[in-house]
Parts: sequence; C-alpha cells; structure tokens
Amino acid sequence: MVHLTSPAFKENATRALADPGLQKALARTKPQFHGKRAKAVAGLPEFEQLREIGKNIKNHTLANLDFYLERYAAKVEEAGGKVHWCSTADEARAAVLRICRDAGAKTVTKGKSMISEELGINDHLESHGITPVETDLGEYILQLRKEPPSHIIGPAFHLNREDWEESFRESHTDLDPKRVFTERRDILTEARTKLRSRFLAADVGITGANFLIAETGSSVIVTNEGNGDLTQTLPKVHIALASIEKVVPTLEDATSLLRLLARSATGQDFSVYTTFSTGVRRQGDLDGPEEYHVVLIDNGRSNMIGTEFQEMLRCIRCAACMNHCPVYGVTGGHAYGWVYPGPMGSVLTPTLVGVDKAGHLPNASTFCGRCESVCPVKIPLPKLMRHWREREFERHLTPGTVRTNLGLWAWFAKRPAMYRAATRLGIGALSLLGKGKGKFGWMPLAEGWTRGRDLPAPEPGGTFMARYAKTRRNGR
Amino acid sequence: MLQTRPRVALFVTCLVDLYRPTVGFAAIKLLEEAGCQVEVPEVQTCCGQPAYNTGDRATAKDLARNVIDAFLPYDHVVAPSGSCAGMIGHHYPGLFGDEDPHYRGKAEALAAKTHELVSFLTDVLGVDAVKARYEGVVTYHDSCSGLRELGIKAQPRKLLGSVDGLVLKELPDSEVCCGFGGTFCVKYPDISVRMVSDKAKDVRETGADTLLAGDMGCLLNMAGRLQREGAAVKVRHVAEVLAGMTNDAAPIGETK
Repeated sequence: MVHLTSPAFKENATRALADPGLQKALARTKPQFHGKRAKAVAGLPEFEQLREIGKNIKNHTLANLDFYLERYAAKVEEAGGKVHWCSTADEARAAVLRICRDAGAKTVTKGKSMISEELGINDHLESHGITPVETDLGEYILQLRKEPPSHIIGPAFHLNREDWEESFRESHTDLDPKRVFTERRDILTEARTKLRSRFLAADVGITGANFLIAETGSSVIVTNEGNGDLTQTLPKVHIALASIEKVVPTLEDATSLLRLLARSATGQDFSVYTTFSTGVRRQGDLDGPEEYHVVLIDNGRSNMIGTEFQEMLRCIRCAACMNHCPVYGVTGGHAYGWVYPGPMGSVLTPTLVGVDKAGHLPNASTFCGRCESVCPVKIPLPKLMRHWREREFERHLTPGTVRTNLGLWAWFAKRPAMYRAATRLGIGALSLLGKGKGKFGWMPLAEGWTRGRDLPAPEPGGTFMARYAKTRRNGR
Repeated sequence: MLQTRPRVALFVTCLVDLYRPTVGFAAIKLLEEAGCQVEVPEVQTCCGQPAYNTGDRATAKDLARNVIDAFLPYDHVVAPSGSCAGMIGHHYPGLFGDEDPHYRGKAEALAAKTHELVSFLTDVLGVDAVKARYEGVVTYHDSCSGLRELGIKAQPRKLLGSVDGLVLKELPDSEVCCGFGGTFCVKYPDISVRMVSDKAKDVRETGADTLLAGDMGCLLNMAGRLQREGAAVKVRHVAEVLAGMTNDAAPIGETK
C-alpha cells in the first residue's frame, strides 16, 4: 500500500514551505494552469452549460450505477474482454498479478494511472518478480527517483529541470556522461530512447481509464505523450484499471465530459491523444491486444453512495481544483500525504483511509471556494470538506483545545446579554493594552496569529453595540 | 410624510462590533442616505460561522435560530461583510433539514432578504454614486465569500469610482484568498502567513497607499501582515471610504 503521511500534514506543509526547489516548481502553477484554463473556458461560450450537463451525466450514472456497470461488463465480454470485479485493493492487486503471471510476464509497461498508485501496483508486481516500467514521462522520472506523484495530472510537477537532468545522469549510466541538456526536448528524447525498447519488450501493458462506456464496453484514455497508446497496443495483454465511478452511459456522454476534461485540466481544447479501446484484437485488425482485461475496483467507493459524499464520485480527475487551490499552491501535493492531493484529495482521502488519519486535510482549507468554481462537474468541495469536519466533531476527533474554546465562545454567543457584558470587558482590556500602539506584535493564546503578522488592536471607544446604545440614549 | 422607507436591520457582524465599530456607523450612514430606516436588533452576537466551519452543526443551528428570530421581521437584512451575509443568505437554509421544516422555511425567507452592504446599495437600492471624498490611490481585494457566494465584484468598484479624489488601481490576483479562512489562520499559521505574505507582496507592488476590502477578517489579516512587514499601506473597510468616514477612525492597526 501507499505510504500514508497525512497525519503529519502540518509538518509536511512546514517542510514544503521551506523547500526552495519545490517553491520554484510551484511558481509555475499560475502561468502553466490558470491562464490556459481561463482562455480555454473563455473560448467556449457554452462552458457553463456544459458543466451542468457534466454534472447531470455523472449524477444520473451514480443513481443507476449497478445498472450501468453490469451493462458495461456485458459489453466488454461481448467484445472478447474480461472484467475482474474487485471490492478491495487486495483483490485488485491479486487480479493484476494473476493476469500477469498467466501471461508469463517479466516486464509490464504502464500508462499513468492514479488508481494504480492507490493500489500500489508497482510494489506488488516488483515483490513478485515482475518489472513494472512507467512510460508517462513524469511517472518515469518518479520511478527512477522512487517518489510518489505530487499532482494527479502532472505527477512530477514538484520537480525542476535540474532535477530531471540529475536523475537522468544518475540512472542512464550507459549514456555519454558529457552529453548536454539544453532544452526540454533533450530530456524528452533521452526518455524516448530509453523507453522504446521497453515498449517493445513488454508482455503486459497496464493503463488507467478516464471513462468506461456502458453502451460499447470501451475504456477511454487521454494522454499528451502517446505513451498510453503504445502501452495498450503493443503487448499481447492489456489491463485497464478503473474504479467503478468511471462508467458513463454512452459514447456521447463520454464526449461531453471529454470537452470539459482537457479544458479544465491543461487548458487544451482536447488532449493530444484520446483513445478508445474496445475488447481484443479482431481478425483483420492491424494492432491491439490478444487479451483485454478490465480490473474494476470499488475500494471504498460504494460506501460513499447514498451519503453526503456521493457527489465526490462525479470527479473526473482533471486537477483544476488543486491547480487553483491557494493551499496546494504553496504546499504542493506531497504534503497531503497520500495519493490524491488538493481539494479533491481532501474530500476523497478521508473516505478511503479514514478521517481519523486524514483529518487534517479537510481542515486545511480556507473555504475560499475557488476549487468549486472551477470544478467541471460542480462538486461542492468546500461543503464536502465541512461535512468531514462535522464527522470529526461528532466523533470527538476535533482537538480538545478547539472544542473547549469553541464551547466557551458558543456559551456566550448564545446569550446576547452575557456576550455583550463579556465582550465589553474583553475589548475594553484589549483597547487599553493596545492604547497608543494600534497593534500587538505578540499576544498570549494568539501565537498562531502573531508569529507572522501583527494583531491589530480594536478601534478605541468600545464595541459598536455599546457605542450604538449610547448614541440612541443621547437621542442621536 | 408617508412611511415608505424600507426597514433595514443591520447585522453588525461580530468583528465589526468588537474591532471596527466605525464600519457599523458607516453602514448606517450609507443606508440612511440611500433612504432606508435602519435598526440594529440588540440580541445579535454572531452568525455562527466559527461553529459551522468547525463542524459543530448543533451550535451553528442554535445561533442561526437566534438570528432568524431577531431579523425575520424586517424588510431587508444587511451586513457589512460578504462572509456573514453569505452565511445567512447561502448557508442557513441548508442547516435545517426535513426534521425542522418550520425553521427551514424561516431560514429560506431570511436568506432571500439578506444582503451584503455594498451590493445591497447598488443592486437593490440602485445607488450608483456616493457623496464622499478620499485622496489616495486605492487597491481592492475581493473577499472570497462575497465574490464566489454572492457575486460581488463590480459593485464596490462602481461606488469607489464615484468617490472624489480616489484613484483605483487593480490588485493582481485580487480573487485569490488572503489566507484568513476563519480559524484556518490560527490552525495552520505557516500556510496562512505564506498566503497573506504573497497577498501583501501583490498589494505593495500596486503602489497603492490604501488597501480596501469588504470583510473584517481578511482586513485584519492583511493589515497585520502589511504592518509586520513595515509597509506604509493604510488598510480600511470599503464602507468607511464610501461613507466618507475615514476621519472617524485611524486605519486598521494604526493610531492616527
């Protein structure tokens, strides 16, 4: 399983804030993602309507999930494929291993897939003597560096060009040590050279799936590098890993969502490659796998159906929420401590690993709402994070000091006369302390505030309510 | 004279009450000048956001009931805050489910007549200019709740445009959160301080001498950071400037 450091989110974040390399990489968020998405959205006048359509497609599917999954599976089998239903990560890992063993696989190529990270497929295959090779450029370097992805569509977003160069020199020792990397293309070319033989040698290709289409039994992947296509067409066996909420009813539904996906993700009108795979290679086909397996994974999703978290299952993994999140923007993805970072991760992770472990994530949000405003399927992410805070509060997972302070404040706030008297005293004292200064550089119990900013003193003259009462008495 | 003036209840907000009374008086002045009869219900304390956003739904509901009962009788409810107006206007109805249809109905009725101050002036009362003067170059931060829950963006700029002497210089990334986030700012101080430092940098780079916004939480946060950095930027609530009441109180965190 993936190493979980979500309980140490705070420490992770502090470390991230002090990491100059990471901060340099994160500074690319704005030029790379914000402007491009905004431009793509502006170029499609019906984008807002499309968001509503996307939301409705997903809601309809989730409301009839069993029906569409069965229909999808039947279509896959009709096209000569096989569906492996897995309720847990364990079952899914076992299914993948079984397929690989049956194929006598030594090497497995992989397209980028977040569910594969969730399942920890690479470690599992390796521990059983099968070599997985990541073929997405970002995933490839992360595999060299033994790091997890920090972003769901740009897995190596936390790295800078010098990191790439360093890792390539360290790992590709058979190449000329004096070679120079002058531009991004040089890195690309080297990776391509290294990967070509791997593509050809692979016995099994594993990809994820952006959508599963019930109407046709197809799986869809979108990539910009074309690596996914080589992964799924060259080997004799193709395994598509997908969680159950990836299913959509029809081809048309999938294309509606595709129009939202690329624009929201990278600001492209369409990804460079959008590939539909249906079943095994038919007679007369020029390419395609001899075996086509879909490992269909629940791993906690069905528990969300019928709860306040069901809306999260609309997610199409575009990453717009994290690209526009001011918290992700300064901490990066690793701080979140599990597979899915940013706002979508802050809702999903507690569902999948438990809110007792991932409780920080839904709390580490200012509820600024920018994530919701860019979500292509209108997931109310702040609302769902608040629901997690409610679950924590109910289960007494909220820190004791927070509960005590909140309880004390609430006691007064529910009693206006007492509140008035207490605030009059409190503000009077604070005003007196701040007299002539206007602000405090340090305040006991408010150290979290004053460590990095001054605390403005209240305006002199007492509370508004006290002053207002006085002006009323004096007949104003 | 016939009594046709709308009866407006001012929801002062706890931060204005405790920290910045002049904003409350500025709100009253602006509303009265626009022809409203303003009252300040005495039983108000807080809209309940601290409890709501900490997951304490029961306390949030108790506080919401207080507000609903006190404010429902008025024609309109106005708050000098997008955050508190958003809480009442956007979140209150959702607090009461099917188990409490009585309060759900009342919450919906209150939500429909609750407004943030500046947008109430422009969108409901049709105010398009104020009588005020402010000598200075001003920049404006769009607070998140007002912007994204209530759609407040053009309204303050429209009224600021009518202030004599005032020059508005747009803040880059004015729609990016300042890092306040209620209790977030003390629960995750490192992240919050980084966010507000980025904001302070943007503010300083505009060259404006005054920073305005419509929410006290954001203003306290940004003022606190700008002052820690020793920046010579005056920070004020937008209502103070629109009401021409900048002589009534020193800028936030300053003495004169």
